[in-house]
Amino acid sequence: MLEVKNLCVKAAGQEILRGVNLSVKAGEVHSIMGPNGSGKSTLAQVLAGRDSYEITAGEVTFQGQDLLELAPEDRARQGVFLAFQYPVEIPGVSNTYFLRASLNAIRKARGEEEISAMDFLGLVREKMALLKMDESLISRPVNEGFSGGEKKRNEVFQMAVLEPCLAIMDETDSGLDIDALKIVAEGVNRLRDENRAFIVVTHYQRLLDHIVPDYVHVLSAGRIIRTGDSGLARELEERGYSWLTEGNSEVVTSGEAV
Amino acid sequence: MPTDTERIHEIADQEYKYGFYTDVEADSIPPGLDESVVRLISAKKEEPEFLLEWRLKAYQHWLTLSEPKWPNVDYPTIDFQGIVYYSAPKGQGDGPKSLDEVDPELLETYKKLGIPLEEQELLAGVAVDAVFDSVSVATTFKDKLGELGIIFCSFSEAVREHSALIQKYLGSVVPYTDNFYAALNSAVFSDGSFCYIPEGVRCPMELSTYFRINAKNTGQFERTLIIAEKGSHVSYLEGCTAPMRDENQLHAAVVELVTHDDAQIKYSTIQNWYPGDDEGKGGIYNFVTKRGKCLGVNSKISWTQVETGSAITWKYPSVLLLGDNSIGEFYSVALTKKRQQADTGTKMIHVGKNTRSNVVSKGISAGHGQNTYRGLIKIGKGAKGARNYTQCDSMLIGDQCGAHTFPYIEVKNSTAHMEHEASTSKIGEDQMFYCQSRGLSAEDAVSMIVSGFCKEVLKQLPMEFAVEADRLLSVNLEGSVG
Ligand SMILES: Nc1ncnc2c1ncn2[C@@H]1O[C@H](COP(=O)(O)OP(=O)(O)OP(=O)(O)O)[C@@H](O)[C@H]1O
Ligand SMILES: [Mg+2]
Repeated sequence: MLEVKNLCVKAAGQEILRGVNLSVKAGEVHSIMGPNGSGKSTLAQVLAGRDSYEITAGEVTFQGQDLLELAPEDRARQGVFLAFQYPVEIPGVSNTYFLRASLNAIRKARGEEEISAMDFLGLVREKMALLKMDESLISRPVNEGFSGGEKKRNEVFQMAVLEPCLAIMDETDSGLDIDALKIVAEGVNRLRDENRAFIVVTHYQRLLDHIVPDYVHVLSAGRIIRTGDSGLARELEERGYSWLTEGNSEVVTSGEAV
Repeated sequence: MPTDTERIHEIADQEYKYGFYTDVEADSIPPGLDESVVRLISAKKEEPEFLLEWRLKAYQHWLTLSEPKWPNVDYPTIDFQGIVYYSAPKGQGDGPKSLDEVDPELLETYKKLGIPLEEQELLAGVAVDAVFDSVSVATTFKDKLGELGIIFCSFSEAVREHSALIQKYLGSVVPYTDNFYAALNSAVFSDGSFCYIPEGVRCPMELSTYFRINAKNTGQFERTLIIAEKGSHVSYLEGCTAPMRDENQLHAAVVELVTHDDAQIKYSTIQNWYPGDDEGKGGIYNFVTKRGKCLGVNSKISWTQVETGSAITWKYPSVLLLGDNSIGEFYSVALTKKRQQADTGTKMIHVGKNTRSNVVSKGISAGHGQNTYRGLIKIGKGAKGARNYTQCDSMLIGDQCGAHTFPYIEVKNSTAHMEHEASTSKIGEDQMFYCQSRGLSAEDAVSMIVSGFCKEVLKQLPMEFAVEADRLLSVNLEGSVG
């Protein structure tokens, strides 16, 4: 589904990603872990089409086409979804209005009809129940005045409504309370199927107890320095990252993801 | 792939859709202004003596004034001798009789503008007075309103049929001595709308005037006068467009509102005059004096404006709060793009006790647009317990535009309570990317963000017009991005 080859990215003249390779097949869940500032969000945003980064080398194909050529809205319309590490507030625009416009833009690109008000309401109700969203949140302006955890839950709610093929979740667990974490994980697990893939950026093993990944990658200083299965995340939880980086700049791979 | 910044620039440059010209035979006088022109206009309208005298006094006073230079706008000196002060479509000189007599070409013009004048096609519940260049060409639903004692007609007709009311109220809110453009308007005004709502009547439909400048080199100088008697309510709306021309055209209107005890006037404007081209050539100079007087206790005047057109907008719809417990409101959205400049805001003059005013201003600047909010809140000595709340937000789209805020406050009563909030934000790359990452085009993203920003103001408009204003904002922000 997604092939990232030797992706090199600069921001403000600084090299951030230095040759990232990643291969994600339909049905898989990949987790990306790594120290602060290692480039995880950069990777997530570049995949979603943020244009403030300069791509200096490498290529990305998504479902057989050159992803980097596409405008962000076209990526979204073809099924790429980014759950933001820092969701953005849009004052005065109601969450439902926003989401309906978004869903319709995606449906239109797929040659489908706009969703009717009734069907949309039904869909929203269903997903709200799934994520135990407070009724009031969805009529409020997008993310405005939401608590940190509410914003994160709203991202997953949007994802549940839009049903993307490739969902990239950037630290969706940070800021969620213990119960919310379970609810959100449950929301993700419900979406998991053989046609969809997930890239889950996280710092904590805790999330991966609920969303069990097929692969765990460690991103450090702009490179994936190790790939393993879910056991790697437990090891990282115990030992931190230093044993991977100390005196060992070579890229080590285990498993067969890369 | 264009960057967001490039897209934002494209979006800011969109074309004006009302720029066509209607070829109708016009009865125009040669350009230039002197006493004989004032007399000629008055004579063409067969006006009573008092009005001619008033015009002449205004003209004499105007001669002693010079053009104000304090607004934060920049334009070449206007040649007042180069302007045509009277132009009327032929055969319409003395105002409309019935729709059957209106030139079909004119009906077609209004249809093209989205304002059909045939009653069966009208927006349900909206009565329209159509002003074309210097004269009113049609007023709809007159009979229906007449049954309630409501007078809604062209200003010229009001002068003929209701001259006592005109004599009593004309200049009572905006005297001809008020300012340079008010004096000029008082001398040469040609038409406009007049509304009178009798005691206790709630006007059952929206009243609206649609202004269209068509002829070349013509100034539009109209006057609107609305009087709401005790306990009456009315909601009034004006809309404006003009053809695209390379020359600038002057629009210097005066609007006067009067509310008696417990009466309410809600006055909404959707202004979409031709803004000029990308280089700032052409466009309307919109120099307008609008003021309401809350004469009675518990009365209320509410201004809502959505200003998207004009090369230069210079206007401060104001409220004089004389009656105790009276309320003044000002809700404004001003969008400037290309080379447009706007210096707009309000004056709330608190005189009566426990008077309240509420000001919400939203300025949006795109392209090379310059947007200034200028507001005065004045609390007089006797205005015990007066309260004002002012909120003034600016949004910048792109990095070549500007937003400025000049709030002035004068408080002479220590029991007054004032609150002022202001913010300036840039339409964020973050917001754009967030919307786009959800599948929305850059265009839809900008218009959604802007309409959210203006929500508090747009929701003040009557329903049909809120939708229209929202559409107008997004049309004005639309570019070649798909
Ligand atoms: N637009 C930018 N301009 C300059 N530097 C940037 C920009 N974006 C990211 N960076 C830098 O790139 C590095 C990687 O940032 P990124 O946000 O991708 O890290 P991260 O792995 O997501 O970190 P965290 O775990 O803290 O979320 C950081 O050092 C950051 O400061
Ligand atoms: Mg991050």
